[in-house]
Amino acid sequence: MITLLYFAWVRERIGLPRETVETSAATVAGLVAELAAREERYALAFADLAALRVAADQELSSFDAPLAGVRELAFFPPMTGG
Amino acid sequence: MRLSVQADPFDLGAESTAFAAGATGAGAVVTFTGLVRDQGGSLSAMEIEHYPGMTEKAITAMMAEAQARWSLTDALVIHRYGRLAAGEAIMMVATASRHRAEAFAAAEFLMDYLKSRAPFWKKEITAAGTAWVQARDEDEAALTRW
Repeated sequence: MITLLYFAWVRERIGLPRETVETSAATVAGLVAELAAREERYALAFADLAALRVAADQELSSFDAPLAGVRELAFFPPMTGG
Repeated sequence: MRLSVQADPFDLGAESTAFAAGATGAGAVVTFTGLVRDQGGSLSAMEIEHYPGMTEKAITAMMAEAQARWSLTDALVIHRYGRLAAGEAIMMVATASRHRAEAFAAAEFLMDYLKSRAPFWKKEITAAGTAWVQARDEDEAALTRW
């Protein structure tokens, strides 16, 4: 079981801020492919991975990172703080 | 060091005064404040979203690095989230060091990192609709100088 968080336009496209999923995917990219195959709104949100960032347990990560041990995964566009 | 991620407005004058008064051993204090730009009068509000938990972790790590690299005697970051009107202060950074060069450099470092590595997202609300502020390539490139 892994908690997924979505922020900014990723949250808007998917239509919810968080959810928990069961997955057997080995990597972040594998999980993204599972989600994109599930419903159109996920496919739209994850259409361009270069426009997205991912954080694993609140640390910036990458799409080829392994999922083993990760409890919280967040997807969002490049940050615009300051 | 103090970090506050908050929805409420902050008093720039009071924060700056208190920071300087507490800057024991420092000879220089630098403060920076970011405001909501008015966009020629068309902006009705800015909505700032953040990632509670990661925001605090990421900024605390940046502040610790700044403190170590420039031997800061103190540092302060206040960053707001929620709905802000044009002209309101979004955030402030204050740094204190023995000499001014370190305080200026550390403040710029913190600003560059807050822009691109603190999980905030800004949305502009205008009469024409709403739009997420796009991250700029220059902001990402600015990190390479550190």
